[in-house]
Amino acid sequence: MNWASTEHHRFKDHVNEANTFTRRVALALLLVFILFCILIYRFYSLQVVHYENYVTLSDRNRIQVRPVPPNRGLIYDRNGELLAENRPSFTLSLVKERVRDMDGTIARLSELVDISESDKENFFKYLKQRRRPFEPVALRYRLDEEEMARLAVNKFDLKGVEVNAELVRYYPKGELYAHIVGYVGRINESELNSFDEETDKLYRGTHSIGKIGLEKHYESQLLGTVGVEYIETNAHGRALRTIDEVEPQAGQDLHLHIDSVMQQAGADALAGRRGAMVAIDIATGGVLAMVSTPSFDPNLFVTGISVKNYRALNESRNLPLFNRTIQGQYPPGSTLKPVLGLGGLEAQIISTDTRIRDPGFYQLENDDRQYREWKKGGHGSTVGLHEAIVESCDIFFYDLAFRMGVDRMHEFGTHFGLGEKTDIDIPSERAGIWPSRQWKRAARGQAWYPGNSLNMSIGQGDVLATPLQLAVMTATLARRGTRMQPSLVASIGDKTIEPKVVDQMQASEVNWEFVKQSMSDVVNNIHGTAHSLGRLLDYKIAGKTGTAQVVGIAQGEEYESEALAEFHRDHTLFVAFGPVKNPTLALAVIVENGEKHGDTDFPVVKAVFDAYFAQEKVRQANMQAQPAVQEAQQ
Amino acid sequence: MSLSSQDFIRRLPDSTQHFARGEGFWRKIHIDPLMLLFLLSVTAYGLIVLYSASGESEWMLKRQLVFFTLAYGAMFAVAQIELSLLRRWAPWFYAIGLVMLGLVYVVGVGAKGAQRWISLGFFRFQPSEILKIAVPMLVAAYLGTRMLPPSLKHTVVCLIIIAVPTVLILKQPDLGTSLLIAISGLIVLFLAGLRWRYIVGSVMAVLLSLWPMWTFVMKDYQKQRVLTLLDPEADKLGAGWNIIQSKTAIGSGGVNGKGWLTGTQSQLDFLPESHTDFIIAVLAEEFGLIGVLCLIGLYFLIISRGVYISWTAQTTFSRLLAGSITLTFFVYVFVNIGMVSGLLPVVGVPLPLVSLGGTSIVTLMTGFGIIMAVATEKKKVTLGGS
Repeated sequence: MNWASTEHHRFKDHVNEANTFTRRVALALLLVFILFCILIYRFYSLQVVHYENYVTLSDRNRIQVRPVPPNRGLIYDRNGELLAENRPSFTLSLVKERVRDMDGTIARLSELVDISESDKENFFKYLKQRRRPFEPVALRYRLDEEEMARLAVNKFDLKGVEVNAELVRYYPKGELYAHIVGYVGRINESELNSFDEETDKLYRGTHSIGKIGLEKHYESQLLGTVGVEYIETNAHGRALRTIDEVEPQAGQDLHLHIDSVMQQAGADALAGRRGAMVAIDIATGGVLAMVSTPSFDPNLFVTGISVKNYRALNESRNLPLFNRTIQGQYPPGSTLKPVLGLGGLEAQIISTDTRIRDPGFYQLENDDRQYREWKKGGHGSTVGLHEAIVESCDIFFYDLAFRMGVDRMHEFGTHFGLGEKTDIDIPSERAGIWPSRQWKRAARGQAWYPGNSLNMSIGQGDVLATPLQLAVMTATLARRGTRMQPSLVASIGDKTIEPKVVDQMQASEVNWEFVKQSMSDVVNNIHGTAHSLGRLLDYKIAGKTGTAQVVGIAQGEEYESEALAEFHRDHTLFVAFGPVKNPTLALAVIVENGEKHGDTDFPVVKAVFDAYFAQEKVRQANMQAQPAVQEAQQ
Repeated sequence: MSLSSQDFIRRLPDSTQHFARGEGFWRKIHIDPLMLLFLLSVTAYGLIVLYSASGESEWMLKRQLVFFTLAYGAMFAVAQIELSLLRRWAPWFYAIGLVMLGLVYVVGVGAKGAQRWISLGFFRFQPSEILKIAVPMLVAAYLGTRMLPPSLKHTVVCLIIIAVPTVLILKQPDLGTSLLIAISGLIVLFLAGLRWRYIVGSVMAVLLSLWPMWTFVMKDYQKQRVLTLLDPEADKLGAGWNIIQSKTAIGSGGVNGKGWLTGTQSQLDFLPESHTDFIIAVLAEEFGLIGVLCLIGLYFLIISRGVYISWTAQTTFSRLLAGSITLTFFVYVFVNIGMVSGLLPVVGVPLPLVSLGGTSIVTLMTGFGIIMAVATEKKKVTLGGS
C-alpha cells in the first residue's frame, strides 16, 4: 500500500474517479442509444410511413410529362392544292420559371440571334398573360441554321432557354385565301380563360388556335388529339430519355369545294378594286370561289402580328380585313328583279303579257314624290316583265310592288334566303336585311309606307344583302326553287359532307322558264343591260345587273358622278348563272364604287366563267383518262 | 508542479488476468482488432456509397482511397505513441494549433466567404483540424492530474482552454467546426464528473444567451440555415432546396432502396452535395431503411467499442481522451444524419468515414489511433513514479 501514502492520495480518489467516469460514460452511451433510436425512427417515418408521398415527389422531380402537340389538319382545294400547311420551324423560347434574370438573358440572346423590337413586344405581352407553369414562351420564330449553331454553342450559360422544333402554320397562297381559310394565331389570354378543363387538356402543347375563317369554324376537327411524353430529366431540366409516350393524333384534313383556278381568276379580275365575288356550284351548294378584295397576308398573324402591321391593316380605308363576301351588306339593286318578277307571276298580280305605261317616273296617289327611272325618259311607252328585266325598268317594278304589297314580297323573297344567314361554314356572317312590316316596326319604330315597297322592289331603301346571299339567291333561281346550303368544305378527313337542301319552293314551270329566258336576254339580247358582256362570251349565261346607290339623291337633283368622290360612286352588281341550257354555276359580283359595269363587274364574271368552263373541260378529260390509265396499269 | 511522475495504478496487479493470452500480436502492434474491423467495415461501405454518389467517378474513389491509406497509416502511427508522451505534448499541440489558426487570418485562403485554409503549396490544410484533437487532449491532460470532480477553478481553466480556439474558429467563420470543438472539450469535462449543478446552470445560461447570439453573433447565412430548418418549404428553390431534396431522396428509398447506382435523386443531380455532406441521403435512397440500419448499427458498434476501451483505460488522461474522442465521433454522426434527415439545421458536418474528405479523414483516424493506443496501453505496474 505504498502508493496510498503519497501526498497526492489526499487529492485523487482513483476508485471514486473511475466510478464517476463509468457512470458518466454509461449515461453517455445510453444517450447515444436513445439518439440513434430517434434517428432510426426519423428514417422509419420518412422511408416507411411517408414513403408514397416521397416517391411521388421523387418521380415528379425526375419525370416530366410533356404534351406532344398533334399536327394540325391540312386544307386542300378541290384539285388537291395545299391552302394551309404546317412547316417545321425552330423557335427560341424562354421558360420564365427557370430564367433568373429575364432582361439579362434577353440581352445576351440578342447578341446571338436577331431579336426585333416587335419580337420583344410580343414576348412580353404573352409573358404577362396567364400561362401554364413552366410553359415556354416563344421569343423568336424561324431561326436559321447559323443562329441555331450560335445558340447551341452558348447553351450552357443560358438557363431556361429552349430551342424547340415545332410546326408552324403556313399559308402558301397568302392573300388569296385569307378570308376563306382565315388564320391561326397564338392562344390569347381571353381564349385561355374561356377554356373549360377538357378543352384546356386538348390544347396542352399547342400554342395556336383558329382565329377566323375555316381555321376557326373547323377548329375542333383540325386540332387533333394531343399526345403525352413521359421524359426523365435531371435537375438541370435536361431530357435524358423517354420513359413512355402516347402518340398524338393528327387533326383531320379539309377538302374544299374551292377551285384555285377560279379563285385566282376572280381575284385577278377584282385586283385593285374593293369588291367581292362568290361562285356556287348549283348542284351541291359548294362554294367554288369566294373572293373579297383587297385582302391581306394571313401569315403575318400566325406568330403574332406587330402593332405597326396591324394598324396599317386595320386603319386602311379599303378595309382589307373585312370579308366582303359574308360581312359586306349592300343594297342589291336591280339584281332582285327576277325574283320579284317571278313572285308577281306566281301571285298572279301580273302575267307575262302585262304591260304598263312608262313615263320615266312613278308617282303614288296623294304623294308628290317621283320615283324615278334610272333611264331618263323611260323605256318606251309601255313595258312588260321581259323588258323590265332585260332593260332593268324600275317603273314596272314600282307598279308591281305597289300592287303586290310588302307582305307577299317579303314572303316570296324569304324562299331565296334573303334576310337570313346562309350558315356557311365560316364565322362572322351577316344576315342582311329583307324588310317586312314587323321588321320596320321593330327596327325603326315606324309603320310601313307604300313608298317603302317601291324602294324594296328595286333593291334599295332598307334592303341589304351580302354577296353570298345574292349568289345563293341566283343559284336557287337557276335550280328552280331548290335552295342548297352553301358550303366551303366538301369533306372532312374521309367523310364527305352531303349537300343539304334548305328550302324547296314550288312555282310553275312556265314562269321559271320565262324568268330564265328574260335573264338570258339580259346578257344575250341586243337590248340587254349586259349585252356588252354577252358579246365577249363563247358560251351562254343568264344574269342580271344591279346598281346600288351609295348616297341618296335628293329630289330634283341630277346625278353627276364626276362631282362625287370615288367613295361616293355607285356600287355595281351582277348576278349570273350558266350555261343557260343546264345551269351548273351561279355567281354574284359586287364592285364597290364601280359605277360602270363594263370595266368593273363584267370582266370578273367573264374571268370566273372562263376559268370554270376550262376547269370543267380538264376534269372531264381526267375522268375519261382515268379508266384508260387503269386499263394501262392492268 | 512535478506532474511527470504522477501515473497511478487503479487496480491491483493481479486483477486483470485476461491480458495473458491470445492478444499478443494485436497488442504488440497496438491495434484493437474489433475496432479495426468495425472501422474497415464502415470505410468499405462508405466507398461503395461514394462511388455511386460521385456519379461513378473513379477519380474521386481513388482520391478517397489515398486519403484513407494516409489516414489508416496515421492511425497506426499514432497508436504506437506512448500516451504519457501525448499527455506531455498536449500543450504544444494546442499552442501550435492556435498559432496556425492565427496565421489563417494573415495568409489564409478563402472559400465560400470564409477563411479556413492554409495553403502549403501541395495541399491545403485547415488548422482547426489540429484543434479537434488538441482541445480534448489538453483538457484531458489538465484534468488527468487534478482532483476529480473538477473544482470551479479547474473548470474555468478548462473552459478557457476550450473557448479560445472556439471563438477563433467561429470568427473564420465556421460555426459547425467551432461548436464541435467546443463539444469535444466539454465532453471531457462531463466525463471527468463535472457537477450537475454546473451543467444545469450552463445549459440555462446557453438558453438565455440564444437571443443575443441570434442578434449579434450569427451571420445571415447561419440564421438562414436555422430558419430553413424550421420551415424548409418556405423557400423551395433557394435555401430549402437541399433539405427538401434530401428528404425526398431518403423517403423515396423506402425499406429496400432503389438499388446501387440507380437512385434517381442522386444520379440525376437533384440532391446537392451528394458526395460530401448529404451522402447518407444517397445511401438511404439506394439501400433503403435496411442500408441505414446497417450503417447506424456499425456506428453504434464503433461507439460501444470506444466506450468500452475508455472504460478499461489505464489512466484518467487516457480514459477521458478516449471517451471524448468516441463521443465526439458520435456527435459528428448524429449531427450529420440529423441534418440530412431534416432534424437539425444544415451546419456542414461531413458523415465520418463515408463523406468524401481530405485532411478531415486523417484527423478522424488520428483520433482512432489514440483510442487504439489507449486500448493497448501497457498496464502500469510501477508504483510511485516511472
